[in-house]
Amino acid sequence: MNRFLVLGTALVAPLAALFVTPALAQQPNKLLNASYDVARELFVAENEAFTKLNPGVTIDQSHAGTSKQARSIVEGLEADVVTFNQSTDVDFLAKNGFVSKDWTKAFPNNASPFYSFPSFLVRAGNPKNIKDWADLARDDVHAVFPNPKTSGNARYTYLAAYAWAKEAYKGDEEKIEAYITKIFDNVPVFDTGGRAATTTFVERETGDVLITFEAETRGIAKQYGADKVQAVTPSVSLLAEFPVAVVDKVAKKHGTEALAKSYLDFLYSEEGQRIAAQFGHRVNNEKIAAEFKGQFPEIRLVKVDDVFGGWQKIQSEHFASGGTLDKLYGSR
Amino acid sequence: MSTPVTRRKPPRVGDQPLFRRALIGIVLVLGAFLILAPLIIIGVEAFAKGWQVYRDTITHPDTRHAIMLTVLAALVAVPINTAFGVAAAWAITKFDFRGKRFLLVVIEIPFSVSPIVAGVAYLFVYGLQGIFGPVLDEYGIKILFAIPGIILASMFVTAPFVARELIPLMQAQGRDLEEAATSLGASGWRTFFSVTLPNIKWALLYGVVLCNARVMGEFGAVSVVSGNIRGQTNTLPLHIELLYHDYQAAGAFASASILALIAVFTIIAKVALERQGAGRVRRPALAANPAEKTS
Repeated sequence: MNRFLVLGTALVAPLAALFVTPALAQQPNKLLNASYDVARELFVAENEAFTKLNPGVTIDQSHAGTSKQARSIVEGLEADVVTFNQSTDVDFLAKNGFVSKDWTKAFPNNASPFYSFPSFLVRAGNPKNIKDWADLARDDVHAVFPNPKTSGNARYTYLAAYAWAKEAYKGDEEKIEAYITKIFDNVPVFDTGGRAATTTFVERETGDVLITFEAETRGIAKQYGADKVQAVTPSVSLLAEFPVAVVDKVAKKHGTEALAKSYLDFLYSEEGQRIAAQFGHRVNNEKIAAEFKGQFPEIRLVKVDDVFGGWQKIQSEHFASGGTLDKLYGSR
Repeated sequence: MSTPVTRRKPPRVGDQPLFRRALIGIVLVLGAFLILAPLIIIGVEAFAKGWQVYRDTITHPDTRHAIMLTVLAALVAVPINTAFGVAAAWAITKFDFRGKRFLLVVIEIPFSVSPIVAGVAYLFVYGLQGIFGPVLDEYGIKILFAIPGIILASMFVTAPFVARELIPLMQAQGRDLEEAATSLGASGWRTFFSVTLPNIKWALLYGVVLCNARVMGEFGAVSVVSGNIRGQTNTLPLHIELLYHDYQAAGAFASASILALIAVFTIIAKVALERQGAGRVRRPALAANPAEKTS
């Protein structure tokens, strides 16, 4: 029996210790920021700058797809703030009582400290002379973007193309749908996510133009070399916001409400904006925007609310099963 | 085929030299493309940006923490699963009881269920919206999105490994030796440590090695319950994914090379164990009780 006791204690003791320690480690000078999957480097830089201004503060980072992050928070991931790339995922938190209902008004610019939009990345020298959305429907142009059924990034691409066509064809549904169908027909392969689509385009050299957020094209050019790819900015695109919010329920529990707010405020400060711009995001701060003028060509951006009447409407009309996306994607 | 008299066994598929060579050739080519090429690529890509980048990645606090966390998960999950596996195999092969088949099925479940399903199931049990989540939260006990959740998920996925290794061997060995020990007055523990354990030790070690490899490599289930907090709940496989998504291919491959190294060591350990004993133990046991094969 003795041996059993020793064996049992040896197995259970470390486990018990593990269960207890994390509960003790809650301090009001520590934040957990739940963010989207490709924001790692951006927030390494932002957090470093913020902690320099606020000595003794630690910012932990969690990165994953934001729908997964929202679900994890609702299931108990104790994030004090969220910095997402899909406002619908913050809405999900608001619906579950983790974020205040009017979160878009808690911070300037619709609670989005920086923004971006679907843009083009073509092969060096732009051999196919791709300039705007109209070129994507040409017979000799093959666009690469992930499957809009699985990727939030590609949904933006789809909506941006749709928004362009809506203007260009003056709302003629038949022509808009023919245009979108043509783009879909010319896509050589639909990957599941943005990262895989990048691999298809750059490493497997498939397709003529990669469509992804402008902010991403910087990272891609850095990874693969500017002699291989170059960015092309279309005449018009769809505004993609990066919404932030304090997760009130968690911050209240941790006593970190003030710190969480000052952290998100920092993202709007000159320094925070400069870092965001360095990582390829467009910012609203006029001084910083002027500083980076050369990096960001002029573009006219349209808003989801103005073109489509809000995310809820998009969800029911375009992305619900049997919606417009299914119809056009299915015709492929 | 010239003198059938000298040949004892009937001709079988694969006896013709040409056919055999073709088969071996196909296996080698497939092996090279499916297994060897990716392994080599990991090594090449890991050092693509030079030794400095490799070293920086490996020594980065987040990478180091990911390695430590993965090792910790293995240190907790493997011993518990070993104890569970031995107990389950012992119960199933040495005793008759109602629900024995049911127990066998339960042990098999993690093999047939996708790890991601396991992860989501843990969400429904321990999540804030789940069954026990609210109560645990009230007492400040964190299971999900913390180290316990990672260990639980790893344990679920690897629960069958040790038992599956032991059950066939222990079935083949039968229960005569244990019955003899008991009839001579040995206690249960004495019987286990002096009779059963020496007979199964190589298969047990083999099971432990496999279990360990799987714990360290587990991605799907852990991904759901980890919360992906850098430097806290990111295991090595999750860390690799994060770096890869962040266009840090060299870093991702450098981290992957560590996992690959662990895998290679595991295989070497496995081969060594097989040489050492697995076969040797089986033979005398069978020779001693040829009749046991039927049980």
